[in-house]
Amino acid sequence: MSGALSTAHSVVAPSGRVKLLAGTIVVLYALVAIVPLLWIGLTSIKTPPDSISYPPKVVPFLHFEPSIEGYCNLFNTRSRQTADYLASLPPANSACEEITRSRSMVVVGPSNYVPRFVNSLIIAFGSTLLSVGLGTCAAYAFSRFKVPLKDDLLFFILSTRMMPPIAVAIPIFLMYRELGLSDTRLGMILLYTSVNVSLAVWLLKGFIDEIPREYEEAAMIDGYTRLQAFRKVVLPQATTGIVATAIFCLIFAWNEYAFAVLLTSGTAQTAPPFIPIIIGEGGQDWPAVAAGTTLFLIPILVFTVLLRKHLLRGITFGAVRK
Amino acid sequence: MAEIRVDNLVKRFGAFMAVRDTSFTVENGDFFCLLGPSGCGKTTTLRMVAGLELPSSGSIQLDGEDVTFKRARERDIAMVFQLFALYPHMNVRKNISFPLVSMGVPRDETRRRVEEAARVLRIEHLLDKSISGLSGGDRQRVALGRAIVREPKAFMMDEPLGALDAEFRHLMCGELRALHDRLKATTVYVTHDQLEAMSMADKIAVMNDGVIEQLGSPQEIYDRPNSMFVGDFIGSPAMNFIHFDGAAIAGSTSVSIDAACVTLPELRESHAPGPLALGVRPEQIVIGDPGRQGSALPGEIFGTEYLGTTQIVTVATPRGKLKARLPAHLPVAAGDRVSLSFRPERLSLFDAATGKAIRSALHEASTTRRTHG
Repeated sequence: MSGALSTAHSVVAPSGRVKLLAGTIVVLYALVAIVPLLWIGLTSIKTPPDSISYPPKVVPFLHFEPSIEGYCNLFNTRSRQTADYLASLPPANSACEEITRSRSMVVVGPSNYVPRFVNSLIIAFGSTLLSVGLGTCAAYAFSRFKVPLKDDLLFFILSTRMMPPIAVAIPIFLMYRELGLSDTRLGMILLYTSVNVSLAVWLLKGFIDEIPREYEEAAMIDGYTRLQAFRKVVLPQATTGIVATAIFCLIFAWNEYAFAVLLTSGTAQTAPPFIPIIIGEGGQDWPAVAAGTTLFLIPILVFTVLLRKHLLRGITFGAVRK
Repeated sequence: MAEIRVDNLVKRFGAFMAVRDTSFTVENGDFFCLLGPSGCGKTTTLRMVAGLELPSSGSIQLDGEDVTFKRARERDIAMVFQLFALYPHMNVRKNISFPLVSMGVPRDETRRRVEEAARVLRIEHLLDKSISGLSGGDRQRVALGRAIVREPKAFMMDEPLGALDAEFRHLMCGELRALHDRLKATTVYVTHDQLEAMSMADKIAVMNDGVIEQLGSPQEIYDRPNSMFVGDFIGSPAMNFIHFDGAAIAGSTSVSIDAACVTLPELRESHAPGPLALGVRPEQIVIGDPGRQGSALPGEIFGTEYLGTTQIVTVATPRGKLKARLPAHLPVAAGDRVSLSFRPERLSLFDAATGKAIRSALHEASTTRRTHG
């Protein structure tokens, strides 16, 4: 298909007007989705006064001078001091120290952002690994074996997602307190896994159903055990599905806020409940909040971009169907 | 290489009997075809021999050893699937060597055997290609390569040519048979295509509804069908059946249909008066002028299909439409009135109620002609 003439005469190819309309909708949607992110990114490089000025300052270097103050405040805790004390200090040894002193404060130590961020990484990736691992095995079994009450079990697994998870927050809170899982990374990994595993089973069953049984049968006739056939033949074929499922699970576990607020307060606290707390220290520090949010977006972005190839490749039909 | 012995094999899926009490023996080095319409139980039988399904009862012996309940991987059988089941994430070489890897064959030997198999199948130039770029025929060869590289006791083939187009199927038929003649490997081949079975097999088992209707060489099956089902299923066009009411008397050499007396091989079995069917192959029909002496049936030409050396002529008779295979040069046209007579040597007589053949001298012909060595 090339040229206006052939397109105009094609029955199946969309006409120019349809394409224009579709393009416009996509661009509008992208703007709606991207503008808040862009605004957060911009806010993270403003000074606190710039971040709340009216009319808003939009273009860096033109409307405002970019500053690393947000990031300084994100990573450090500060304390307010008298002018006399500040004057008595030796010269500042870092840019952050200097900015902090200009606000009549000193840096007293690192903030909790890094440990909270690490908690988020461990909990999100841990529960994703567990969800996808369990989900793949369960989905394979549901797809290939005669499981008694298969349909009921599958429905039961799905039904765990039919209520809002927060509806069971209080029982879970009490249970976790009894079991000593409150404010532990393990507790959060298990919780997110229990929510994600149903999604993983259903998504992956669809993908594994698409893989012809003949692959495993061929491998089993050729001298492999079922487990070997699963590992060498089924898993490579299911990569696309596994990757897609992993991304969904990771995004949920990474962004989860309600349970994180309820069940974690210290050692196992994840970044989402921590970021809003930043605002309370020394006035409304929007740039620090924006900086925390911006950094928080990065891992999921990297993960998705790295695995994009698998996502886009779709299901390989390979040798079985032409 | 081995003999496969199947005794009283039964497979039930819930209330459905997929295979009923099936017994057969595949002799060492035989090319054995399980032939039948879809749903007749041929693939289930093959899968039980291969170890992919466990039988409900019965036994399977491979090379004298009872393998009925052994796992597929313990049977030393290779299988070629209808859709080839080549692993798309591996290239041709890895696909072919996959069975050897599981056997722990050393790397050098694996390489040598893969190349040997590729040479036999003339796919050496494809070894490092990916599966997804191959044509149907090449995929077929790779699948065969993966089967022969192991030098297994027996080959199972489940409609391996089913996914190929007609032209290529014909070519691969020849290649498969040539490969078999070269390897002399016991092969069980499942197909619903009677031409494939006829052209390749040493022995054919015609299955219907879970039972083997007839087992024999292609010639036996074609010339002496045991049942109307076999007569109908084998041959293209199929056997004609002329339904009539009458009786069969052992020792007689004719039956009367309407006013005509049809000569056939001497009957060895009597049958009480009732519905009978005369089985006539299209090439056993002779067409003559209307009202000719000794003719069996009057008829009118209904239509002709020209096939080059022969033509298939459909003749409408008082006993239904019959298809005759006649020389292409015979001038016939739709609407011509003719008389039909039948060559007596290989006519079959069936009990139309049960579909079973009535025994005659035809079934005693002991010479089994074999075209394949």
